[in-house]
Amino acid sequence: MATELMAAETRAKRPIRWHVGVFLAPAVLVYTAFMILPLFGTLQLSLFRNIEQSQVFVGFSNFRTLFGDPNWSVNFWNALRNNVWFFIIHMLVQNPIGILLAALLSSPRLRFAVFYRTAIFVPTILSFVIVGFAWKLILSPIWGVAPHLMDFVGLKSFFTPWLGKEQYALTALSLVSVWQFVGIPMMLIYAALLSIPDEVIEAAECDGVTGMAQFWKIKLPLILPSIGIISILTFVGNFNAFDLIYTAQGALAGPNYSTDILGTFLYRAFFGFQLQVGDPNMGAAIATIMFLIILAGVCVYLFLVQTRLRRYQF
Amino acid sequence: MSTATRSLPRTVGAHAILLTYTAIALFPVILVIMNSFKSRAGIFGAPLTPPTAKTFDLIGYTTVIGQGDFLHYFQNSLVVTVASLFFVLLFGAMAAFALSEYRFRGNTLMGLYLALGIMIPIRLGTVAILQLMVASGLVNTLKALILVYTAQGLPLAIFILSEFMKQVSNDLKNAGRIDGLSEYTIFFRLVLPLVRPSMATVAVFTMIPIWNDLWFPLILAPSEETKTVTLGAQLFLGQFVTNWNAILAALSLAILPVLILYVIFSRQLIRGITSGAVK
Repeated sequence: MATELMAAETRAKRPIRWHVGVFLAPAVLVYTAFMILPLFGTLQLSLFRNIEQSQVFVGFSNFRTLFGDPNWSVNFWNALRNNVWFFIIHMLVQNPIGILLAALLSSPRLRFAVFYRTAIFVPTILSFVIVGFAWKLILSPIWGVAPHLMDFVGLKSFFTPWLGKEQYALTALSLVSVWQFVGIPMMLIYAALLSIPDEVIEAAECDGVTGMAQFWKIKLPLILPSIGIISILTFVGNFNAFDLIYTAQGALAGPNYSTDILGTFLYRAFFGFQLQVGDPNMGAAIATIMFLIILAGVCVYLFLVQTRLRRYQF
Repeated sequence: MSTATRSLPRTVGAHAILLTYTAIALFPVILVIMNSFKSRAGIFGAPLTPPTAKTFDLIGYTTVIGQGDFLHYFQNSLVVTVASLFFVLLFGAMAAFALSEYRFRGNTLMGLYLALGIMIPIRLGTVAILQLMVASGLVNTLKALILVYTAQGLPLAIFILSEFMKQVSNDLKNAGRIDGLSEYTIFFRLVLPLVRPSMATVAVFTMIPIWNDLWFPLILAPSEETKTVTLGAQLFLGQFVTNWNAILAALSLAILPVLILYVIFSRQLIRGITSGAVK
């Protein structure tokens, strides 16, 4: 009797906590069903091939086609090269401009700081469709806004229809994307700069470290973790980009595939275009490569960059 | 003390750079909106001047409203965004509460599993998502978009919200338990109202990519009944390449709702970013 009571008591103490399951279930179910399973489904599809209306396991044959068959590999390497260039421009232009703007915004007692940061963030909230088309119009030689503006600074002779020239189109679109997203590194670095305590800055000033030297020697090392974060965010965003190129240049990523990146290449492979029919298995193979590239980037960040960055606790 | 850092030339320089960049950021937006109110001659004759009595013309807007079914697209976007937002916030807050409040086996692992989606874009699963939607008959329905966007928004929402839920006082929750409140009541009546400000931040973060997305509407719901504003604008712009009045008016119509929402919520958004919520 007594033991039974005790057993009942311990059972009552640790009942199955159904509510934990109830709280977790909806999120886990939706997330698993529409994100994780499709992701693995896509990885799996890349190993199959549709032969006579049925999916047949073919190992890595789709990847051999992608890397080796000139019908695919020329476009694939081109898209990959373009994507790398797209990323390099973002790293070299977007992030330094973001850091510069954040450094200026965070200077003490700056007037209109709220206005500046609100205005500079506006392009980031606009959709790619708006951004792509608005810049297409501005850079269009028919409208003539760009040559007109360049005339003000005496550079009119340098104007060419950049989006229509193979050698410039990708760089021009990368810069448009930089224009759109510069607000994100600016905000994250701004937040990091604001969180540096005044004592640190005052100590630096007492030691005579001011101005540019103060930025390079005191603030920059303190915001390095944030620079790491914006780098990986840029990396993931760039190797997953699609909308801007599609809006400005169409699915063919013209002129002559010069603005083709992995996202547009995936779209064409999956859905087909003009005479070529869509091929889900090749689409899955390209998505798998994109997955591996992004995964590699995230791993490099997590295991190499983040663990080596020194973090300061204030 | 630090006159050197606040000297006049330095301040002027800072303002000059910031003003220049603000001009670069706003110029295309202002240019498009300004020219959408002009006649064709005005658009090409003097693109950089605001509309005058002579060049003012609403022909672009009448074309857009007459031709495209923009009101309907707008309604679709609204339904998709609001519904996804509702599910992301509700399910996200519930999961975040479970992760931050209870200790159970696999808690950390579950947290990591749910955080995977922050770094790996859902777009890479598109091929299988389309197959799934075809199999379940959800292609060309708004439900398909709502489900995908809910899954897409959850990881970041859970991550941010569980950081905030950890800050809710334990005494308060335990007081509720002593008073005999169930765990559900504690969550809905005590915790949710306290984390409302962070919910607003998450809402803004979740909303912008959903409203602006082109990829999933293009692939999962391209039919006339289910087009969203972003997709509708894209197709409309493609059709009217030579009608500049209509293009500029359509662009302005697409910009304005987002811009108005941004002006209303910008404080929330910027506070969310700068409070270090995104790490």
